[in-house]
Amino acid sequence: MGQTFAEKVLSNKAGHAVVPGEIVEIEPDVAMSHDNTAAISGIFKKIGVDKIARPEIHVVILDHAAPAPNEIIARNHKIVREFVKEQGIERFHDINTGICHQVMCEKGYVLPGMVAIGSDSHSCMYGAMGAFGTGIGRSEMAVVMATGRLWFKVPETIKVNLTGKLPKGITSKDLMLVIAKTIGTDGAIYKMIEFTGPLMADLSIAQRMIFPNMSVEIGAKGGFVEPDEAMLSWIRERSDVPFEVVSADDDAVYEKVYDFDCSDLQPQIATPHDIDLVYDVGEVKNIKVDQFMLGTCCNGRLEDFEVTAKILKGKKIAPDTRFLALPASTEIYLEALKAGYIQTLIEAGVVMMNPGCGPCMGAHEGVLAPGEVALTTSNRNFKGRMGCKEADVYLGSPATVAASSLTGYITDHRDTGWLDDED
Amino acid sequence: MSIKGRAWKYGDHINTDVIFPGKYTYTITDPEEMGPHAMEDLDPEFAKNVKPGDCVVGGKNFGCGSSREQAPQSIKVAGASVIIARGFARIFYRNCINLGLPALVSSEAVDAIEHGDQVEVDLDKGTITTKKGVFTFPPFEGYAKTIIDNGGLIPHTRKMLGIDP
Repeated sequence: MGQTFAEKVLSNKAGHAVVPGEIVEIEPDVAMSHDNTAAISGIFKKIGVDKIARPEIHVVILDHAAPAPNEIIARNHKIVREFVKEQGIERFHDINTGICHQVMCEKGYVLPGMVAIGSDSHSCMYGAMGAFGTGIGRSEMAVVMATGRLWFKVPETIKVNLTGKLPKGITSKDLMLVIAKTIGTDGAIYKMIEFTGPLMADLSIAQRMIFPNMSVEIGAKGGFVEPDEAMLSWIRERSDVPFEVVSADDDAVYEKVYDFDCSDLQPQIATPHDIDLVYDVGEVKNIKVDQFMLGTCCNGRLEDFEVTAKILKGKKIAPDTRFLALPASTEIYLEALKAGYIQTLIEAGVVMMNPGCGPCMGAHEGVLAPGEVALTTSNRNFKGRMGCKEADVYLGSPATVAASSLTGYITDHRDTGWLDDED
Repeated sequence: MSIKGRAWKYGDHINTDVIFPGKYTYTITDPEEMGPHAMEDLDPEFAKNVKPGDCVVGGKNFGCGSSREQAPQSIKVAGASVIIARGFARIFYRNCINLGLPALVSSEAVDAIEHGDQVEVDLDKGTITTKKGVFTFPPFEGYAKTIIDNGGLIPHTRKMLGIDP
């Protein structure tokens, strides 16, 4: 009987053929922690081990509340900086690098076939690199530091087969919101999702990253996109470490298979306060927005800035609104600067912020006030997500956010005419 | 082990942001300080009034969202001794096991329990006793049971590494 991607990776690691439901204790290949390394280092010390078992697998990136907004977080950042030195963690990136998940991919730390874990729920994004990527808790990361090992339950796998051609201006974000609506926020709990199908070859690297990134929003342990030549050459530009691509067998057994034909897809909006409360943009009427946001590990990449710049070029955002933009990494920031996108955004009235998680989870900057409404390109719209439980968070694609910022209301970006200039 | 107390019942998809708001995730690191914020954006009465032995009862997908361990930790520190739900989000469930906070799956018990009811849970027998009857849940087994029996992942790891007997 054939194996799914997850079964194959975990079999490779465990040294025997594993089956779904089985618990294996294995050595992960790479382990990411961010600002929470401060708390993790405290738990690690409580275990009573002096030195990290495998410092070479760890990556530490400060991004969640960076730069430090107050003394408490500044102290935590200091603890992290001292801890990585003391423990010999060489792959440390300070606040000037970007969002951990983007940095993990850009720096070539995550490679196909790896087991890549992170003490952050969106670590499932590593599946876009062909890795088994999944989020873990703080105590678990402390244990990985102490022992170099961790337990995993072998997941069952859901296959999501994507066919058709995306209409002009419609993106993976719109598609992933429809997938979330269909499968539901608890439809994939503890499952691995393999995103596949003829559509994938049409999509850019950035567009492919969205599916694994958001797979945790429907409960999944991780998401996987099999790397093709385009993806492999992107990865090889970033790492000279050898790797072996792991793919599912043709006769692998899936718990469920979903088919999505994308040809008639409309721009989609996720409405408060859950990711599966998703509607065609035309169904979401008269929603006045106070704050727009472009960025996050979901949609803060170069092409997201490109589309935003195209829509905002020579225009001004609507009065009584504000627009925050954060590139997902410094690499993307520099590219967007060179391309002139940043200047266009600033001239339109956008506030540029440093690469990082920013306002996405309400930990520091860009917090909402009671009664306010945000429309963002991020991946989560829970009550209280952006720092205020009496505010509403809507999610959409970068084009939807940009077009809506011109009117001040949630808007169908196709109505602005920007696509007329596109090929 | 028997756990006896009052039920705090909530709905489906209770997420980690309403259990422990993101704004505290990098400012509060001392577990004792997490308790007063448990369920802050969902039910401000919870942290003030929950007592040891009480159970939190939820619907589907309890604990969805972030990987933040402070979500189950704040519930535990606030005083609740067990969570019963129709189902749990993956990382939340792992975090519960790793913290030694029993997370039990029983839709029947969730149906039977009303907010404020007296509930008794016997972890060894695998039973939940409610006003409307006694329900069973699959007992913890294998690796997860070992972790819970050892008091959570950290004490378990200390034992495995030979630091504690």
